[in-house]
Amino acid sequence: MARYKRPEINLVPVPSPNIIPERDVGKFPVLEARNLGIDFGGLTAVDEFNMAIGCTEIAGLIGPNGAGKTTVFNLITKVYQPTRGTILLNGRDTLNMNTVQVSKAGIARTFQNIRLFSNLSVEDNVKLGMHNHIKYGMWSGILRLPGYWKGEKFAHELAMELLSIFDMQDLADHQAGSLPYGAQRRLEIVRALATGPSLLLLDEPAAGMNPSETDELMENIVKVRDTFQIAIMLIEHDMNLVMGICEGICVLNFGKIIAKGTPSQIQNNPEVIEAYLGKKKET
Amino acid sequence: MKKIRKTSYKNFLIYGFVILAYAVLRLLDGTVGISASLKGQLVPICAYVVMAVSLNLTVGVLGELSLGHAGFMSVGAFTGVVACMSLEAIIPLAPLRMAVSMIIGALCAGAAGVLVGIPVLRLRGDYLAIVTLAFGEIIKNIINCLYVGTDARGLHVSFLTNSDALNLGENGRVIIDGPMGISGITKVSDFTTGVVLILVTLFIVLNLVNSRSGRAIMALRDNRIAAESVGIPVTKYKLMAFVVSAALAGAAGTLYAMNYSTIVASKFNFNTSILILVFVVLGGLGNIWGSIIAAAVLTIIPELLRQFNDYRMLVYAVVLILVMLATNNPALRNLLRRVVGRVSPSKIAKEEPSDGQI
Amino acid sequence: MTFLSYLIGGISLGSVYAIIALGYTMVYGISKMLNFAHGDVIMVGAYVCFFATFRWNLPPAVGVLLAIAMCTILGVIIERLAYKPLRAVASLAVLITAIGVSYFLQNAAQLLWTSNPKVFTSVVGDAAIKLFGGQLSVSVITIVTIAACIVIMIALTWFTGNTKIGKAMRACSEDKGAAQLMGISVNFTISVTFAVGSALAAVAGVLLCSAYPTLMPTTGAMPGIKAFTAAVFGGIGSIPGAMLGGILLGVIEIFGKAYISTQLSDAIVFAVLIIVLLVKPTGLLGKPVNEKV
Repeated sequence: MARYKRPEINLVPVPSPNIIPERDVGKFPVLEARNLGIDFGGLTAVDEFNMAIGCTEIAGLIGPNGAGKTTVFNLITKVYQPTRGTILLNGRDTLNMNTVQVSKAGIARTFQNIRLFSNLSVEDNVKLGMHNHIKYGMWSGILRLPGYWKGEKFAHELAMELLSIFDMQDLADHQAGSLPYGAQRRLEIVRALATGPSLLLLDEPAAGMNPSETDELMENIVKVRDTFQIAIMLIEHDMNLVMGICEGICVLNFGKIIAKGTPSQIQNNPEVIEAYLGKKKET
Repeated sequence: MKKIRKTSYKNFLIYGFVILAYAVLRLLDGTVGISASLKGQLVPICAYVVMAVSLNLTVGVLGELSLGHAGFMSVGAFTGVVACMSLEAIIPLAPLRMAVSMIIGALCAGAAGVLVGIPVLRLRGDYLAIVTLAFGEIIKNIINCLYVGTDARGLHVSFLTNSDALNLGENGRVIIDGPMGISGITKVSDFTTGVVLILVTLFIVLNLVNSRSGRAIMALRDNRIAAESVGIPVTKYKLMAFVVSAALAGAAGTLYAMNYSTIVASKFNFNTSILILVFVVLGGLGNIWGSIIAAAVLTIIPELLRQFNDYRMLVYAVVLILVMLATNNPALRNLLRRVVGRVSPSKIAKEEPSDGQI
Repeated sequence: MTFLSYLIGGISLGSVYAIIALGYTMVYGISKMLNFAHGDVIMVGAYVCFFATFRWNLPPAVGVLLAIAMCTILGVIIERLAYKPLRAVASLAVLITAIGVSYFLQNAAQLLWTSNPKVFTSVVGDAAIKLFGGQLSVSVITIVTIAACIVIMIALTWFTGNTKIGKAMRACSEDKGAAQLMGISVNFTISVTFAVGSALAAVAGVLLCSAYPTLMPTTGAMPGIKAFTAAVFGGIGSIPGAMLGGILLGVIEIFGKAYISTQLSDAIVFAVLIIVLLVKPTGLLGKPVNEKV
């Protein structure tokens, strides 16, 4: 049970009230949210959300239940349209984009409650992730033109390659819905990777995992970042995982950011402690 | 954990079965002879098989309930017959004329599918079902008020009037006579054409399902939100499934209509849509193989039950209820699973827990 | 004046649709299934009343009560035999079973009573009231139909809101599991829902045939389909929605027949439905279903 050791990093400010890892300063932050906010009727679910993610950063979004973390993910992926604020993806404003366009622009996600294509095979799930990278159309498929054979060969090889990163190549023809829970979670990540994203959003990837599975997941996440050189943002409640691999952490409570910084900065922040553990009682 | 078997092997079996059935029936017909009633059912069975397979594309593969499928059959039937009768002078060779008519019927039904699909596919679940039912009734109503005729000058169309309004010249012929439908059709359909249509339908549907587009369509069925999150455009693929399904139904309609000397729009009503839906559900959603068997068997059974005379449809109804109860009885399924080893995945759509409130 | 007469006629027809739609919507709310056999229960109710009143010469009120009793029993039996075993399974399977039941009822009726149309004389007689100095003639059956619809609506609203079993019905519609944990007998509640729905169907059948006197085994089918669309139109699962949808549908149908075209009246009704659903995808009074992502 090796514990993952994260190397020390420095966070530096970008020309905006946000912070990204030093090594990523040369390039645009892959994602920048400025004053992002959404109201549902009378309820303000998220407000004044400012965050930047460097293009190879592993960022964390934590906070008590109901703080609005998944809502932030939903805003970034345009499941909800923001009421106010801007989201810049690789410098581009995602103003009028919908979920499909955001996916094509390079953001992939997993879900809090696993959303696999349960009746399809594991391999088909991965092939669906790379749907927009396989280049043949309906008629080529029906008439079995050369484009079909080329496309399917490419898809099969790429799918097996991605599955083998997570050691799942033997499960390729199993039905996705029949897999054990941990394998389903991993499959969701593989499918998200198949879209070829610049930013991967993981929503509680360690939910329901025991410590050894969590360690394995931590290694896999870092391996993914190192292999594909992409940015990853995760929502998590497991503090070992968060403090273990995240480089920049954002803490949310009641829809507002209460702290931002490195793991050590967050751990010692009194407001964060109060949000999780409550106010210290006057004796 | 469950494995999914390689489909290409399974698909060849389906083609083989259809060709085999054709060969056997032709053989029987040539030698021993088959009953007149069965012979008369051969073309309708082919039409119903194609209808069932095409509806399965919408209901089983895409996962959306369509209650107006007979409407597309009807569009194909009427446009196909109009085409066939208009082309009688130009294309004297019957099978070729039949093929051209079926293509025209399919194209028109496909166009209807686009017109219906664009508004409909934004809705979901029961609301989508109800709108497809509505469109089916609207199509039936409109065709009932349609008057079409040909003469030397070409095709004339009139709406909500009567056949005189067509102003046909000499040697003009009324083809569609409002609620009277079309009469005097030369029967061009035969069993061979029917089987050819089945094989073409299988080719299109099986190849579509086992391709990138088919995967996308099934993804929409399994989890629409996840499909959007990986960049699959929802309306495009819903429309694709719906239109292909409609076009094939149109071709089946042409085949069906050219088997009778008269057709009326009220023949293609809600009851017909439901009839086809029963074939699809009993055969198994998404199970092409099952649709073929169910369509064939369930069309033959009422004929076989002729001996019961008046009780025929009553028995059919009771059998239907009993079969539904039996195939969904958990105790019976567990028994079957132990005996047979693997119960065919009757993918009857489950209440999706992930697509509703949690 | 003709406008007013059409309007009243439309409301009357709409009232019949509304009563039928209430049955559909209540059953859908609690069992999440579309009971295709509902239209045929209407037909059975009409036949029972016909035979009671014209063959056995019982007074019309008794005929109506007998129809209600028979349909209630029929509805409960159908539910127990054909729908209950499939309650845990998919909605599509139970839909097909409902179709089977519908075929069964239609064919049984055909065997028992032949498909020769029966002439149904109105249960409240043929009298008509003259209003506005003889310019407007409104038949008693029209008034009775509209009155019946209003009474039923008020009674049903009170029933679901204030009685224990009514609240149980609402609870089961929301969450069967939780209702069961609270000690509600789900089986009994569902049976009661079907019973009430079938009783309403009987009333609708009697009223329908009093206004349109031909009775055949297929009489219930088309009104059933239209009432079903009315229920969805108003928002499936919503009782006021079923009322609203039914009445609007009746009015649109009559106006369509009168002012546009008799042959196209069905198409017009369905076209209006489609347009409304495109603008309000969950029906007029339906609640939008929010998916949690």
